[in-house]
Amino acid sequence: MTAPRDKLGRPIVVVTGMGVVTSLGAGKTDNWAKLTAGESGIRTVTRFPIDGLRSTMAGTVDFVPVEPFSSTGLTERLAEIATEEALQQSGIGRKGDFPGPLFLAVAPVEVEWPQRLELGRATASQEPSYDDLLRISGGGKYLAYHRRFMFGSVAARLAETFGTKGSPISLSTACASGATAIQLGVEAIRRGETDAALCVGADATVNPEAMVRFSLLSALSTHNDPPQAASRPFSKNRDGFVMAEGAGTLVLESYDAAVARGATILGVLAGCGELTDSFHRTRSSPDGKPIIGCVKKTLADAGMTPDQIDHINAHGTATPENDKMEYLGISAVFGERAKQIPVSSNKSMVGHTISAAGTVEAVFSLLTLEHQRIPPTINYDNPDPAILFDVVGNKARDATVTAVMSNSFGFGGQNASLILTREPA
Amino acid sequence: MTETRPAAEVWITGIGLATSLGEGLDANWDALQARRLNVDETGFAPYIVHPWAKVSLDAQIPKKGDQRQMEAWQRIGTYAAGLALDSAGVKGNKEILGRMDMIVAAGGGERDLAVDTGILSAQAKGNSAPGFLNERLMGDLRPTLFLAQLSNLLAGNIAIVHGVSGTSRTFMGEEVAGADAARIALARIAAGQSDIALIGGSHNGERKDLLVLYEFGDFNLKGKFAPVWARRQHAGFALGSAGAFLVIESKAHAIARGAKPYARLTKVVADLARRNGTGDVKATLDTLWSKLGKLDGGGAIITGATGVEPVTSEERAFLEEHPDFAVRASGTSFGHTMETQFPLGIGLAALSISRGALFPPGDSSGVEIEMSKPPAQIVVLGVGHWRGEGMALVEAIR
Repeated sequence: MTAPRDKLGRPIVVVTGMGVVTSLGAGKTDNWAKLTAGESGIRTVTRFPIDGLRSTMAGTVDFVPVEPFSSTGLTERLAEIATEEALQQSGIGRKGDFPGPLFLAVAPVEVEWPQRLELGRATASQEPSYDDLLRISGGGKYLAYHRRFMFGSVAARLAETFGTKGSPISLSTACASGATAIQLGVEAIRRGETDAALCVGADATVNPEAMVRFSLLSALSTHNDPPQAASRPFSKNRDGFVMAEGAGTLVLESYDAAVARGATILGVLAGCGELTDSFHRTRSSPDGKPIIGCVKKTLADAGMTPDQIDHINAHGTATPENDKMEYLGISAVFGERAKQIPVSSNKSMVGHTISAAGTVEAVFSLLTLEHQRIPPTINYDNPDPAILFDVVGNKARDATVTAVMSNSFGFGGQNASLILTREPA
Repeated sequence: MTETRPAAEVWITGIGLATSLGEGLDANWDALQARRLNVDETGFAPYIVHPWAKVSLDAQIPKKGDQRQMEAWQRIGTYAAGLALDSAGVKGNKEILGRMDMIVAAGGGERDLAVDTGILSAQAKGNSAPGFLNERLMGDLRPTLFLAQLSNLLAGNIAIVHGVSGTSRTFMGEEVAGADAARIALARIAAGQSDIALIGGSHNGERKDLLVLYEFGDFNLKGKFAPVWARRQHAGFALGSAGAFLVIESKAHAIARGAKPYARLTKVVADLARRNGTGDVKATLDTLWSKLGKLDGGGAIITGATGVEPVTSEERAFLEEHPDFAVRASGTSFGHTMETQFPLGIGLAALSISRGALFPPGDSSGVEIEMSKPPAQIVVLGVGHWRGEGMALVEAIR
């Protein structure tokens, strides 16, 4: 028997399990119902005071308790919830024994303000210096902070909980991280190193300093009231993204392995591509070449042509720059078809889950394929006349969808795209 | 059965080192030969750090604007990446750089200590108004500091300054991130998914915010400097400052462009020992060793051993079972550079092979013995201070 291969002779990579948690709720069922109903998960932040902030809303996940609270602790918990759901659906391996590696997209980890302020108080100094902090940090009293604030801490914990094999990889490609995690899994299976990979993206970094940092770069929307109307992808009056939290998990398997164990195949990871933009730290090259190249590489990797893509799950952050450049890039590759393919941005409802966005949106893309229904881009009341996408505005749309392109673009010139299909191409 | 194409042989064709001992291969080699150290026992007392040897940044980062956009760790890394590209003979070669893959092992950038301590002082003086933290951060943080802190912006800066713009991935997770960067880049080239890659990392040890993070676990070396193997009663690491980057490529790609190799990168493996009890790390190292392929004996091991206990003692138990390999701890000479220690180890291994000699022992503990013959095989070892274990085999090309 010859193993089923893709057009380029590589093992076909399929999805057999997926899990998701966002500000809309935990689980695929709840998220899909709210997403297709056009509900927003964006609300005014209540986790910490918002006085003095320019942007005061976010897609926080407030229904998952974490004690003691930290952004990294919540990140880990969201990753666990999404992964438990994905593993249950997939039925792969045994509990605590996943037969493959872990690729985790996660925000850079650092000591957070509640802990830093606690250290400051512990110095008993009126003007604590870092030398004062150093004086009281040792001796084991704050050992838990070392464990919590290691960059590898979330991955190490997930690897132990789910029994993934080998060295787990924690990665960051900024807003493209989730897509990169999936890409690493696809590549490992194609190399024949493993029959399965656990690809997770998680982000729960809505905290004061993170919001201030993005605010100072003028990246966030300031349409604070009402918060549900803040995220306006492809609208003329869009003014930035809305920070959000969430996690998405995909169980990837080789087609052979999935069929051999009788698993239900939820979709195919037909192609992935990435291309670096070396123009600027936060802006895209004005000619759009890196985005164009990224999309072309992804199509080539899938062995597909633009006319085979019938939906684009856009990066669609609602920053003036991103949406303009995404249209420029897509239209350069898709030509007239760019105006006919239904395009939508989940970020209008769940906000921008940053490191998790690539995996969260891959899950939504697969649900779109499963239900043959495209979730809307809400707050689309004032279309940008320069963006001629067929935006699925405000109401979900039934459509025949066989192949979805999902895009992720991030600071640092990170561009990554995925193509997901219902059946092997 | 999955039928796979024969794995491509992978060569190390570029090495870029900018460390506490100096910039470039000659300066680092000479310092190792002379057993020279660059240790600061006073500036961060009682902690000990290895400060970065200052360079003329303009040589690799010509635009002042670019230099200003980075914090020290990014400047160190961007500088070392430029040296690696020079060493490989691809600097400025737009055709190659435009399709070069990059995997960087990175932590995060330095904090603005004045902003932090200003906020802590305000708290100490009783300012606990609800928005006080927000207001101080909005008012005090430099808008572009975030970009100098973001882990993936080291890769971003390398793309901007040097034009490495095929793909860009950043791995985090302390020491083992450096091994994983090499492991994935090697696997991709061996499988034909990539032709040429830039891998490496950078670390700035002169950071009190990092000292605080590691002090939580009592990991910092205090008081007086001692070589890694002489710290058992006085455990800890001295943070180091270094950028270490490598250009690796398939043999066919290197030959086609007439590139000269330093050494072959034969294998990279990594794992996550559970570390629940004594012996877990050693068992993992035994397994990794068995996956390296054929080892002829009489080679060398360059380890990133931290000096932290109990893990350094476990590693020592492993090393004692391989007495025919000459051991060198890079931490003695360079300090502990976290994500960068493993790429640094690969760089030192490739350099030693290309110079036909292993550098001399760094101490008199007896763990490191003289090696007179040219090394043909060097195993690079990395055991994380808390988690993660990695190994690589670097070999001479005969």
